[in-house]
Parts: sequence; structure tokens; C-alpha cells
Amino acid sequence: MIPAPFDYLRADSLEEAIGLLVEHGDDAKLLAGGHSLLPLMKLRLAQPAVLIDIGHIDELSYVRDDDGDVAIGALTRHHDIATSAVARISAPVLAHVAGQIGDPQVRHRGTIGGSIAHGDPASDLPAVALAMGGTLVVQGPNGRREIDANDFFLSFFEVALAPDELLIEIRVPHAPNSQWGFEKLTKRAQDWAIVGAVAVRTAAGVGVGLVNMGPVPLRSNAVESAVAAGATAAQAAELAAEGTEPSADFNGSVAYRQHVARVLVRRALEKAGV
Amino acid sequence: MSILGNRVLRREDPKFLTVGGTYVADLDMPGALHLTFVRSSMAHATITSVDTSMATAMPGVVAAYTHDDLQLANLPTIMGMTNEAMTERILASGTVRYVGEPIVAIVAQSREIAADALERVVVEYEPLTVVIDPVEARKDEALLFPEAGTNTSFALDFGGDAALFDECEVVVEQTLANQRVAPCPLEVRSAAGHMTEDGRLEFGSSTQAPHAVRDTLATFLGLEPDMVHVVTPDVGGGFGAKASVYQEDIIVGWCVHHLGRPVRWTETRSESMLGLGHGRAQIQHVKLGGTREGIVTAYRIEVLQDSGAYTGFGTVLPFMTRVMTPGPYKIAKAECMSISVVTNSTPTTAYRGAGRPEATAAIERMIDIFSREIGMDPAEVRRRNLIGKDEFPFTTPVETIYDCGDYVLALDVALEMAGYDELRAEQQRRRASGDARQLGIGLSSYVEITNGLPGGEFGAVEVQSDGKVIVRTGTSPHGQGHVTAWSMLVAEQMGIAIDDIEVIHGDTDIVPRGGGTMGSRSLQIGGAAVNQAAVDLVEKAKDLAADLFEADRKDIVLDKSNGRFHVVGTPAIARSWGELAAVALANDGTALFAEVDLESVGPTFPFGTHLSVVEVDTETGKVTLLRHIAVDDAGRILNPLLAEGQVHGGIAQGVAQALLEEMIYDADGNPLTSTLADYSFISAAELPSFETRFTETPTPINALGAKGIGESGTIGSAPALHNAVCDAVAHLGVRHIDMPTTPMRVWSAIQEARADNVAESERG
Amino acid sequence: MQIAMTVNGNTQSHDVEARTLLVYYLRDAVGLTGTNVGCDTTSCGACTVLLNGQSVKSCTVLAAQVAGEQVMTIEGLADANGTMGPVQQSFQDCHGLQCGYCTPGMVMAITSLLVENSDPTEEDIRIGLEGNLCRCTGYHNIVESALAASRIPEMRS
Repeated sequence: MIPAPFDYLRADSLEEAIGLLVEHGDDAKLLAGGHSLLPLMKLRLAQPAVLIDIGHIDELSYVRDDDGDVAIGALTRHHDIATSAVARISAPVLAHVAGQIGDPQVRHRGTIGGSIAHGDPASDLPAVALAMGGTLVVQGPNGRREIDANDFFLSFFEVALAPDELLIEIRVPHAPNSQWGFEKLTKRAQDWAIVGAVAVRTAAGVGVGLVNMGPVPLRSNAVESAVAAGATAAQAAELAAEGTEPSADFNGSVAYRQHVARVLVRRALEKAGV
Repeated sequence: MSILGNRVLRREDPKFLTVGGTYVADLDMPGALHLTFVRSSMAHATITSVDTSMATAMPGVVAAYTHDDLQLANLPTIMGMTNEAMTERILASGTVRYVGEPIVAIVAQSREIAADALERVVVEYEPLTVVIDPVEARKDEALLFPEAGTNTSFALDFGGDAALFDECEVVVEQTLANQRVAPCPLEVRSAAGHMTEDGRLEFGSSTQAPHAVRDTLATFLGLEPDMVHVVTPDVGGGFGAKASVYQEDIIVGWCVHHLGRPVRWTETRSESMLGLGHGRAQIQHVKLGGTREGIVTAYRIEVLQDSGAYTGFGTVLPFMTRVMTPGPYKIAKAECMSISVVTNSTPTTAYRGAGRPEATAAIERMIDIFSREIGMDPAEVRRRNLIGKDEFPFTTPVETIYDCGDYVLALDVALEMAGYDELRAEQQRRRASGDARQLGIGLSSYVEITNGLPGGEFGAVEVQSDGKVIVRTGTSPHGQGHVTAWSMLVAEQMGIAIDDIEVIHGDTDIVPRGGGTMGSRSLQIGGAAVNQAAVDLVEKAKDLAADLFEADRKDIVLDKSNGRFHVVGTPAIARSWGELAAVALANDGTALFAEVDLESVGPTFPFGTHLSVVEVDTETGKVTLLRHIAVDDAGRILNPLLAEGQVHGGIAQGVAQALLEEMIYDADGNPLTSTLADYSFISAAELPSFETRFTETPTPINALGAKGIGESGTIGSAPALHNAVCDAVAHLGVRHIDMPTTPMRVWSAIQEARADNVAESERG
Repeated sequence: MQIAMTVNGNTQSHDVEARTLLVYYLRDAVGLTGTNVGCDTTSCGACTVLLNGQSVKSCTVLAAQVAGEQVMTIEGLADANGTMGPVQQSFQDCHGLQCGYCTPGMVMAITSLLVENSDPTEEDIRIGLEGNLCRCTGYHNIVESALAASRIPEMRS
């Protein structure tokens, strides 16, 4: 319950945050909403020596239309995305998914940047970023770069961020009135997904993402290709388990999870108009 | 106008709603030391070394104690009935037998230092063979206590009639798992104490039984009981798991006594998931036999009870299971035998229902399996077997005598509230159309035993000169609303306003003796004791008034509308309670009071019928509870608001067990569900609002006509939900799914049934 | 480190460790023990308080993170005369509490929920309380309390 001791530093600007990251290197972790990191620290599964609080960098909290994309500041709270008019109109699946992460209290604190940078395959937002063909914008001492969501999730809890970089923005293609489906199987409403599936119709076609079907958030290329080739939702969903490596635990065996993935992908595709 | 039977709002509430309750962790104890425990990370191992030197070297760490430092005896056997070799050590000594077993007690100046010190204690282990499955433990191959020569901690050796089912036309048999669950009160365990200047130990604990805490501490610390003063502050739920005294409580007391300084302890939730006793954990081999016309004629349940690593109250709970073996049914022959075994897991304890939910779960599941076997509606099968309302008192084949009841009425009311025929019609429609979402309807008719353990209760009522009343009770409420309920009883007897009545509980100096609150005993024995004390006090007051008015005793009237005594015919000349109290004091220095030690006449048997309606998504196995109907009868209801609240809470816990919750260990004895993130503690989002009704069949057993209600909701609800889920997929060939009916379990059962069907049709 | 914040309208300033959780800051430093700790995995919601008017789980916030901000606890909901607010009064009227341990968190969570949704359905409330666990009441009367509070005119404005 009580974290190990650490030094607390507050960054009031992006430049300051990067400076502190450079200074403290591996000793430091970034603290945004704290709802991925603090639970780990309370169980002493993480014991960073330094915490850099970036939760007050207001300039990184926004949802706006920007050059054909919906651009969301990394420090935007889930609740603010869920209630944002811009998000609800132009990226409705993202607004919906943000609005059902955890519980209301978690949504008042957790941030999209914190969630995505954490790289948890059981989180909902990474799968949405993948399905929408999103882009992650990061900044470090050497400047700004953009990373395609497909290239962002490297391995289990590991993302393509250098130790001195910050995720500053998440961009998804503008998709007003897009059809979408998001299906999640849980035992209790507040639980992480046993399996989740998201399907989004964008200008590029239908994107499909999977939650908790492998060591990283997954995009379902097999399903997407099938849909692009004219398969029905049921036909395409048969391929949902391809390329997945779900773990087995007391909530689901591998076979069960793969079956559920097929069911949820089919349902999500149907809602996305396939 | 009687106040009894009214929905009187709780007097307790304003404090909780404005400043919050005062729980042990809220007690203001400046300078108190903090106690915490190093706990075993191994399920079964020899402790080869414990090195506390790095911890004790830390600034702010006062001490680190192991078993040998304390020189304290083991926890006692359970009522003298359990294997003496298997009592729990006060701290692990030589061998650890479950993950979470406390090994070292660390005392430090702050909560933070204590948490840091924990990490600096080094314990080394040599692993021993882990036994997690009670079926394995029963084989007595790997022994938890080699010197005992067995893993059996307790056994009930009744029955065993090999010919029990010989004359049955139909026999159904099933192995049922009544799985291990975690009680999870919102407040974890907590205790604190300090020494007074005159050498008394002042102690507070989050307990259901303050007098047991006092007596246990006195015994362990070698003190006279009157040198220990227990004051129980608010308690955030107990559910049976806080009815026993834990080694941690004793160690807090020992540290206070040994160090002569205030010490406090509050566990973390993760500790509590492993340290607070677990509930249920029975494997049941059940057999039921009867006629093709649906009459049950024979029943046997063989229980394998998981004790956990040491003997706890859970070890002997099969005794209570046996007491309720045949449920509310008239069955000619019924048997229950049990064996309790130790395994490398948290010791089991009483948990809401404590042995009786297990009995009901078994027979209710078998009634449904029997119904399906003979092709009869399960409501009709129940109707044909329920004990009739004119057959009481009724002695069952296991010698339990049920007091009174109208079981068929409860069934009828439940069916009517549910709209049973419409539900079956809807179910048929969905089956016919092959709807992916199937409807399941499940029934549970139950009877249970309350106030089942021996022991009376203390109650006292005193009037002060200002007319205010002080009630003292030996019960120990932790959410049940006794302050409101006992005030109602006293107000009713004495004609005094509820707001002028103070109810004191949980303080062992002020309340000299008491049984605490558990087993749904409190109203019928504790409330009844307070009620009797009030009745006696009215008599005493009338004696006083007769003297005062120089009138005949039989002419004295108590006007309850204003709480004043007068001589019949002259109401204008009256004396109030306060005035009489002052007279009593002036006469001979004694207060106007009455004290009662009410002896228990016997247990009572609440009953009812629950009905669950579920929807099963056959593609994922996910179950949604759509409706839950509960008809319960606890005799005369004192305060329907409080009684409903008890039923609601009970239903949630029963549904939780049937639907979601399970305390899971892997084969190495590592707990997999040791936080509230992993353990599926049910939330509001998984439950509907409940449809509840009381029937009232007053019991002749006590003056209030009241039976207990606290555990009925749990006992009645779990089997209804369980049966509903099995019912939803029965047409697909599924015979049984064990609790909890998680999505994977349900889906797997459907798959297996489909595979069986395919195999069968291929053969046919 | 010295931090200051406003709690129930009053400025508080205390010396804390960086790792001091907001819930312990409120309980130990400020002395408001109404907010309770019920778990260690951000699951139970017993620690729910309002941060700048929004419900948060104070066990998963460092006191240092909210220096300078506005926190409200259960103790801050009654008015100056100690008159209970509509949510609190509804809990009393509907028997929404038994042992009381989850209650402050429930009241604060519902207060926040009603600010964001002044006309909730029963389902809105049940899902809205997914992060607040109770073992005593079965949630039935808590939901009743929330619905009753939502119908009080001053809650709807």
C-alpha cells in the first residue's frame, strides 16, 4: 500500500519535463494521471527513484481538429475525451472507449498518453489507436517525431519511446459519423477486458484492433484484409485469432479467448456496418 | 400506535453521513507504534532462517518478533472438537503452511517505516510438498502435520446406510463444488491498544465479538479478564469472518503489554485476502432418490470440507451443514457425513451462512437435476415435497426440529411475483428460435437455522433522573442497526421517545458479558433480552409508583403515549420515568434499572423461496442477472427497512458466489486472486434492483415471534442463480456447471454438451 | 516537502513525504478520517473524494500532485449548520448504508455523478458506481438513494 520512497519533481512545461528526463535518465518515471504507475508502486512492483510529475502541463491537454486529424494532447484525461464535442463528432469510437475505461474516478485522472505509453496489451485505447491507423507524436531533446501506431508497441509493456522522450500527442484520422463497434468481455464492469475488439470504418477501410490477445496491443490484419476483399462480418471474423498469442489464466484458456475474439470481432464488424 | 413493524429510519446514520464512522484506524492515538507482519510467500516450507537484523537496524524500527520471542500458545482447538495437532501457531514456527501465514511481527514508529522494514527481513525456506486439493489431502500422502499422521482435522461419522436408495425409482448423483470465497468486508482487520496507568490493557478491535476478544487476550497474556478493557468502535462489516479472534489481535495485545506503549495495526487488503479466514470450500458428493411422480424419498450428502492449513471455524461447519441436510423438504431418509482436511491454504472460517448455504446449495441443485431427470417442472417438484404448514414442529431425519413455517406460501408468492408462466413461455420462444441469448429461470426453496449455537444474551435498561434511558446490550452490531432496533423495542415497552434512548454495545466494562453478533442471533436473543429487561423495568417502576401513590399495585397504569405512571382513574396525577428514577435514587441510592441474562430457548428457522432470471450469451458464456425475486419469512419483522437491507446484502453475496467470486490457488499454493482487482468482488453494475417480500409466520420460540434474517438472503439466493444458469443451457444438453458460473465455465459446458450430442448422434 | 491545498474550503499546509498518498494526507495530516482506505489496488472506491469538483480515488493520487488544488471530503458536504446535503439526506431516507465504511466514498461518487448527469437512469447509476464496492447493502438502497437525490429540485439545477 505504501510505495517505496522516491524524489518528486514537478515539470510545469514540456521543455522542463524533457530536461528532467535527460537529467535523471533511467532513475525517473513520468507521472501523468498516475493510474497506471501508482498502482504498481503501491504494490512495490515498480520502485522508481524519481517521479517527474507532468500532470500540470496544461498545454498538453486538448482535443482539436487539426489538419485532417483529431489531435489529442497526451495529458488529456479520459473523461475529457469522452465528453469532448470534437471527439464525439469526429472520432466517436475513441470518445466511447475513453468513456468506459475503468470507472468514473479513474477517468477523471487517467490520461490517454499515460495509457498508451504504458503499453499494456489489456488496455483499450491502444487497440483503438491501432484500428484507427493513428499516429503517436513524441518529443525529446532532439526534437519531435511521429510514430505510426503500428510501430509503437514493441513488446510486453515496451513502447517505442526513448528514455528521454515524452509522448505529447495522439492523432487519429478525422472520421466524422464513422461507423464503429467496440465489444469487450469482462466479468465485472470495472475489469480489464478478458478479450476486447474494436472495428472502425475509416476512409482507408475497416480497421480492427484487439485487446488482451497477445503481449502487445494487436491489429488484426487478417480480418482487415478479408473485409477489404469483400468478406462478410462472420467470414472475416473467423480469422480473428490469426496472429494472436493470448495468455491462459483463470479467466480464459487460449482456446476460449480465441473463440471470444472471433465472436467479438464479428459483433464489432457488424456494428461498423460490415 | 405501535412502533414495532415500522420502517423507522436509522439513528446511526447522521454520523456516518457527515463525519464518517470511527473505525479502529480512525482512533486518535498520538505516538502509537505501528505493527505489521512479514508473511510467508511459500505455501508449504520449512523455515530455514529468519534474519531481521537489517530491519531492526533501520531508524524507527522498535522491534521484530518471531514465534519464540512471544512464547505464546497456539490458537485453541475449535470447541474442543478438532485435531489438536493442527491448531494455528501464533506466528509460524519452523514450518509455514499457507501463503500469507505471519512469520515476523515488526513494530515501527510509522506506517511507512513499518512497510519499508518488511522488505528488509530475509526469510529462507526449504520447500515441502504442497497439497492444495482436498481430494489429494484426503489421501494422507503428503502430510501437513507429520506428527498427526493424517490430514483429517475433523470428521462427522453419521449414517452410512448402504441400502438408502434401494427402493428409489429414480436416483440422481452429482459431485458439487461449493467453492472457496473471500468474505471481503470493506474494512480489513484492525486492532489497537494501550496500557493504562493502573496496568489495564485498553484494546479496540474490528470484531464481531468484543467479549471473546477480552477473554482471549486475558488468557493469552495471563491477565485477569477485568484487567482487559475492550472498546469496539465502529466495525466496517464482518460477515462471520471477524467473529473469531485472530493471532494478529493477540500479538497487538502482547506488544502493547510487553512494550508498555500504544500499538496499532491495520492490515492491507492484500494481507486481508490471505489472512482473514475464507468461506465455504466444500466438495460434496450428493445423491438424491425418489419416485417418477416427483416425491423425494432418500438423500445423502458427503462433505469434504477444506479446513485450510490449520483448524478454524470452517473446519467444523459441516456440522451446521448436516443440521440442515434435507432443507425444507419432507424426505423419509436423509444422511450427511463429512470429513474436514487440512490443505496449504488460508484457514476457513464462518462466512455469512456458515455451513447452511452449503446445505441449501446442494439440495437445491439436486432438486433441479432430479426434476430434469423425471421431466417435471422444478417448481412443481418443490411443491410436492415441501413440508406442509400444519406439520410443525417438524423433526427431520437428522433430528433437527423446525419451529414453524409456510413453505408453500413462500413458493407461491415467489412464482407469482416472478410471473413464472410468462417467463417459461419466453424461455420457450428463445429456445425455439435458437436465440444466442437464452433465458434461465432458477428456484431455491430454503430453510435455515438461526441462533443455532448455545448461549444466552445480556440486556439491561436503566432510566436516569432526566428521563433518558441507557440500554446495554451484549450484541455487537457492525451495520445491522441494533441501536435503532433495540430503541424501538424499549420505546414500545416503556413509552419513551426513541431519541431519549441511548444504546451501548461493544464496551466490556459497561457491558459485562455478551455473545457478540453472528449467526443471525441478535434480535431473537439480544433484542429479546433488552425487551425483557424493559418489561421487567416497567414492573419495577409500577412497584415504585404504587408505593409513591400509596395505591394498589394492580391499579397502576403506564400511559405509553407520554411515558407517565398514574393510578387508574386519576391520570392527571402522574409521575414520569425520570421522576421515578429520582425517587429510586433518593430511597436507597439504587438506580432504576433491570438486567437480564436471557437464556436461549432454542434456534429458529427462517425460510423462503428465491427465484433468479438470467440471460446467458451462449456465444461467450457471459451471464447477466436480469431479475432476482426473494420471498423470505423471518417471523415477525421488527423493522422492515432493516430487514430488507439484510436481505439485499445477503442476496448480493449469494449471487456473487454463484456468478463470479472464487478464491483461487494454483497447484503450488500460490493465491491467484489476492487483490480486489483479481478477486471478482461484485459491484452494482452486475446486479439489478431486487424484488423482495416478507411473509410473516411468527415463531412460538421467543416472545418477539422473531427469527433471524441476516444470512437468509445469501442462503436463498446462490442456489437460485446457480439453478438459473444451468437451466438456461439445459436444453443444449448441459447437466451441471459448477459455481462460479464464469463466462469460460458456461461456454465450456456448452461446448462439451455439443460434443457429447454430436458423438451421440453419430453413434445413433 | 511542504505542500498546501484547500480542503473543504480551508487552506491546509503540511510537511509530507513525496510518497504520501492523498488519502493518508487527508486522514493523518489534516485529521479528516471520514475518507476510508478499503483496498490497495484502486478497486473499491472507499477513498473517493472530490478534486476540483470531480470524483477521484484519493488512494491513487499523491498529495504532492494536488498541491494548490481544491479537495472536498465527506466532512465538507454538510452546510455550516451541519445540515446534510441532498445526497446525504437521501442515504438516510433510503437506508443506503449499514456498516458505513463505503459510505463516504459512495456519497462523494454519487455527488460527482449527479453533477455530470442530473437525470440518470438506474443503469447510469449502477455503471457509474462500478468503482465503488459495498459488501453490506447489495447496492439496492444505494441506487435508490442516488435516484432519490437526483429527483430533488436543487440537484437538477
